[in-house]
Amino acid sequence: MEKMSRVTTALGSSTISGRTMFCHLDAPANAISVCRDATQVVVAGRNIFKIYGLEEEQFVEKLNLRVGRKPSLNFSCADVMWHQMEENLLATAATNGAVVTWNLGKPSRNKQDQLFTEHKRTVNKVCFHPTEVYMLLSGSQDGYMKCFDLRKKESVSTFSGQSESVRDVQFSMKDYFTFAASFENGNVQLWDIRRPDRYERMFTAHTGPVFCCDWHPDDRGWLATGGRDKMVKVWDMTTNRAKEIYCVQTIASVARVKWRPERKWHLATCSMMVDHNIYVWDIRRPFIPFATFEEHKDVTTGIVWRHQHDPYFLLSGSKDSTLYQHMFKDASRPVDRANPEGLCFGLFGDLAFAAKESLISGDANRKPYPGGDRRYPIFFFKKPDLTEQFAHVSSALSVFESSLESKRMDWFVKTARLYLLSGKPFAELCDHNAKVAKELNRPQVSTTWTMLRIMFSDPANLSTPGPNHIGKLGTLPLMNSFSMKEMGMGTESRLDRSKGESRQDNIHLELGNSLINSNNDENEETEGSEGQAEYMFGDAELDDDDLYSMDMFFSLVFSAEEQEYTLPQEAFPLRHEIMDNPLAPEHLQQDKADSPQASGNEAEVMCLTPIESFSLISISQPLFSPHLPAPFFCPVVREMLSHYAEQGDVQMAVSVLIVLGDRIRKEIDDLTQEHWYMSYIDLLQRFELWNVSNEVIKLSTCSAITCLNQTSTTLHVNCSNCKRPMSNRGWICDRCHQCASVCAVCHHVVKGLFVWCQGCSHGGHLEHVKNWLKSSSHCPAGCGHLCEYT
Amino acid sequence: MKHATAATETIENDSFTVTDVFKICIRCERLSKKDFGVRIPRPLGNGPSRFIPEKEILQVSKVDPRTQSIFEDAFAALGRLDNISLVMGFHPQYLESFLRTQHYLLQMDGPLSLHYRHYIGIMAAARHQCSYLVNLHVNDFLQVGGDSKWLNGLDGAPQKLQALGELNKILAHRPWLTKAHIEHLLKAEEHSWSLAELIHAVVLLTHYHSLASFTFGCGITPEIHSDGGHTFRPPSLSQYCVCDIANGNGHGHLEERRGNHQVSEVSGEVEVLMERMKQLQECRDEEEASQEEMATRFEREKTESMLVATAEDEECVPSRDVSRHFEDPSYGYKDFSRRGEHVPTFRVQDYSWEDHGYSLVNRLYPDVGQLLDEKFQMAYNLTYNTMAMHKDVDTTMLRRAIWNYIHCMFGIRYDDYDYGEINQLLDRSFKVYIKTMVCSPEKTTKRMYESFWRQFQHSEKVHVNLLLMEARMQAELLYALRAITRYMT
Repeated sequence: MEKMSRVTTALGSSTISGRTMFCHLDAPANAISVCRDATQVVVAGRNIFKIYGLEEEQFVEKLNLRVGRKPSLNFSCADVMWHQMEENLLATAATNGAVVTWNLGKPSRNKQDQLFTEHKRTVNKVCFHPTEVYMLLSGSQDGYMKCFDLRKKESVSTFSGQSESVRDVQFSMKDYFTFAASFENGNVQLWDIRRPDRYERMFTAHTGPVFCCDWHPDDRGWLATGGRDKMVKVWDMTTNRAKEIYCVQTIASVARVKWRPERKWHLATCSMMVDHNIYVWDIRRPFIPFATFEEHKDVTTGIVWRHQHDPYFLLSGSKDSTLYQHMFKDASRPVDRANPEGLCFGLFGDLAFAAKESLISGDANRKPYPGGDRRYPIFFFKKPDLTEQFAHVSSALSVFESSLESKRMDWFVKTARLYLLSGKPFAELCDHNAKVAKELNRPQVSTTWTMLRIMFSDPANLSTPGPNHIGKLGTLPLMNSFSMKEMGMGTESRLDRSKGESRQDNIHLELGNSLINSNNDENEETEGSEGQAEYMFGDAELDDDDLYSMDMFFSLVFSAEEQEYTLPQEAFPLRHEIMDNPLAPEHLQQDKADSPQASGNEAEVMCLTPIESFSLISISQPLFSPHLPAPFFCPVVREMLSHYAEQGDVQMAVSVLIVLGDRIRKEIDDLTQEHWYMSYIDLLQRFELWNVSNEVIKLSTCSAITCLNQTSTTLHVNCSNCKRPMSNRGWICDRCHQCASVCAVCHHVVKGLFVWCQGCSHGGHLEHVKNWLKSSSHCPAGCGHLCEYT
Repeated sequence: MKHATAATETIENDSFTVTDVFKICIRCERLSKKDFGVRIPRPLGNGPSRFIPEKEILQVSKVDPRTQSIFEDAFAALGRLDNISLVMGFHPQYLESFLRTQHYLLQMDGPLSLHYRHYIGIMAAARHQCSYLVNLHVNDFLQVGGDSKWLNGLDGAPQKLQALGELNKILAHRPWLTKAHIEHLLKAEEHSWSLAELIHAVVLLTHYHSLASFTFGCGITPEIHSDGGHTFRPPSLSQYCVCDIANGNGHGHLEERRGNHQVSEVSGEVEVLMERMKQLQECRDEEEASQEEMATRFEREKTESMLVATAEDEECVPSRDVSRHFEDPSYGYKDFSRRGEHVPTFRVQDYSWEDHGYSLVNRLYPDVGQLLDEKFQMAYNLTYNTMAMHKDVDTTMLRRAIWNYIHCMFGIRYDDYDYGEINQLLDRSFKVYIKTMVCSPEKTTKRMYESFWRQFQHSEKVHVNLLLMEARMQAELLYALRAITRYMT
């Protein structure tokens, strides 16, 4: 003992120093406490009760209070407290319900001083009065709090918490007579030590047990509580009703809470389960801990600030059998690692984005979003508080408003409703859809449909030279009328073809195959073809706008750029030339083998000509060639579809896919198709367009999609008698051998169509019920329900 | 048939069901005579429990509105009002909490799919050969689309459930699980469990283990539609139900006579018990047992509890072959005590339900912690302040003794409890009953049920059963959750 007191005096100076350090205990700790001069710490647990000296570099074991050969349960401590006035005085709460005081000044090895065994259950907490030497308070599982005068053999007063277990008791730092008690049922009570009959005040602080509470060391009205509901709450007790002024949400139930000395807004917490860290919170910033100590490997059971006026040293004991001294400067600061950025969608598709100002200003010259980027002025600005030690982050908030049209999805719904996907000839479908798109002010889509019609319609539809087309493009169901005009045109184009044939070697020398002319820039032919072109457009009911956008569409597909194109005049003459291509195979039925090759070559040309004018030319050629074989367009259409899908208009992609059907299906791999279908169906269902989505499912050719219609189509019928599902037949139950579905009108078993009222679930033969309800509005079963047959 | 009538009376507005049931019954009779020769089933048991006379059990038509509404809710949720609920109807507050929890575990959001839940229920009940619960859940299992192949035995079930078999076995009989058990289930592989799933499964297992205890403890009779719930024999042939015979209760009359004979001797039983409670309350402070003494008392009680013979060793014959749902039927609680294995001591102060278990369950399976917490508290705090014919008795001490005795059997120790009290309050026949019911419930007999606390009312005995059931569930849960916590840290 002499040694100890010497140590105390030696380190009795007001400055404390040290570093983050730890020592191994022999057993898990339940609680720790420091003596007033911050030089020693006591560690108590089920199998440990020791005093350690805090030295510069390490912990030094000073004293083992657990003496005796077979230590009794009185040594099994749930809590320990070192008196803050009398440095030789300790109190422990034992798990068996005993309250024990220890006098370190005793000369014998056993320092046990007093033993109070008044509590019937485990004592959860002991607390010395901050200024009174002889006053000790205890709180127990049996629901009582007892106040002991250490000069007497037994308690001086007992406070009843009405049979609810007491988890924590704390004397107020400032009010001499007041103490707070927290309970297992979520309540917190305030007592006057002089009035054991009744509490001064009670309020419900948490749902579930309140494990701990702590008075603010400086602010007399503040009480912090922590509970199983994972919250730390700070209450202002100065008002009539306890008012919750701050609330911190942690990630696990809160076992201990301790205000940080000299820092008004800080408190330290540790948790009961799962989470092993110690957090120091700034209660004004409840979302992110101010500092974290992550040393422990099992739950922390006791935390205490080393000195009541020094905020930089924190001591902690843990179930992992270690005792730590944490230096505040070594704590990790989660704020530094946090990403102060936020992103959120508004109800109408607005997008708000907040980020560090430094990041935002970095690209100040970013171009404004076309939908309108409105940088909101910062409408509230938190004044930097000097007492707040958080790194100040000023963020810029940007709100992107989507424009009125783009945020509305009306067009989607309308389009989905109005599009025709089947049931009519291909050309009509395209025309219809084009019209729909045009009415909805989507010219590009409208034009695409028109283009598709032109591209894929059998030439017979526009200009069919002969029935042999039918054989070739037999998949198309739409050619029955040939007009003389068309015939005429066909012949004309045949002429053109021969002309072109004569010239093809000028330009396309690489085309060994002489059947096809891709390019031709001769003027006479241009003239000659002009009329033809007009005629064609008339036939297709295209106007000038369409023509332009048609061109736009192609440029879009190939260059994926949205810019205006003025149609180059030169393009027109060249288009005419291609007219004969589709006729080529027709004429050369005998050497059919050549024609696919020919079209293949042409596709190559398209892809291989990088020069703008040339590419334009080669692209525009197909526009004038309704007689090109359909496969010729497939790559183009494929790219077009992908383009739409990538733009987010999966509706277009799927609709085209369905309308084109076999013409394009092979070109696109199944997975992509399935993906498109799924997205579109999902969208349709979001908009509750069940009919359309069903139609799409039905029309799709992917097996994975069509089977969607077949799921959940089973109707389970339970026997009306034994309430068990009927497995085999719908009309007789296997289990109770009862005829389950009996017609309410004729009382015979219904074996065919069974109709029943969804209101009262009576029913019967379709005919019978129909007839019955013609004459009567009540249920035929006599249940009184007014059934309806529609 | 009893429950069907009951239900119909309860739910008056649902006249449709009522008339249907009756109509078909009549027709069924007619058909059976004329056309098909269908045999008409007849209920075997008298009322929901074999132990409790039917007239003692609440008549569903005469209950107070609160109980009625609970019954109605139960009926609406399950489409039946099972015998367990009827017996629990003695304690409507508890019943409400029980049904809410069970409904949440089986029907509401949870990590496990519905048929898994019922299958786990079957596994757990089968461990105790509780054919009643097995039958009930086999039906439910099939109804939610379970694969009937699984019912041929655990071998037919997915590997994932097979892995759970070991946990089921340990938990049912000696629940001292270790980290290794949990690791085995959770290690990452194809058939492994997630933590949340495991918690769900553990809660289900413990729920059904303890419910099996209750079922046997109260002698719940099979539902009429289940196997063993009905007979096709004409009523005149036999007076005893099959189960009674199987359980060695064939000599009902004889026993009754003996019982009457003993009444005179034990008439003072209740008074003695109350006197003891009073004494304990008063003398508490004078006589201060040393720590060593306390520890010895606990150990003694623990050892003794093992030696309490589980009475008759006659095997009962489950009417459905439930043994195929579990493996290793020889594994049981009794084995280890004979082998002299030591039960480890679990200090509740280090890991308690309120502080630790609750947090863990609620974290991984939201809301269930809360429901279980309410249920435990309800069972622990339930009291009517009566003992047999005496009123205004504080039964806290007795309830605590029962609760702690059960935990003691599982090696769970309360530092702040004097285990000497148990010896004073619980007599031997009661201990035998508790022990049998908790550790090998399938061996509970009517004689055991009748031989303890003879003067107490049936509702009080059901109350005791509730206590036993919840204490057992908590004990198993504590071990399982502690193991999981250790795994997590």
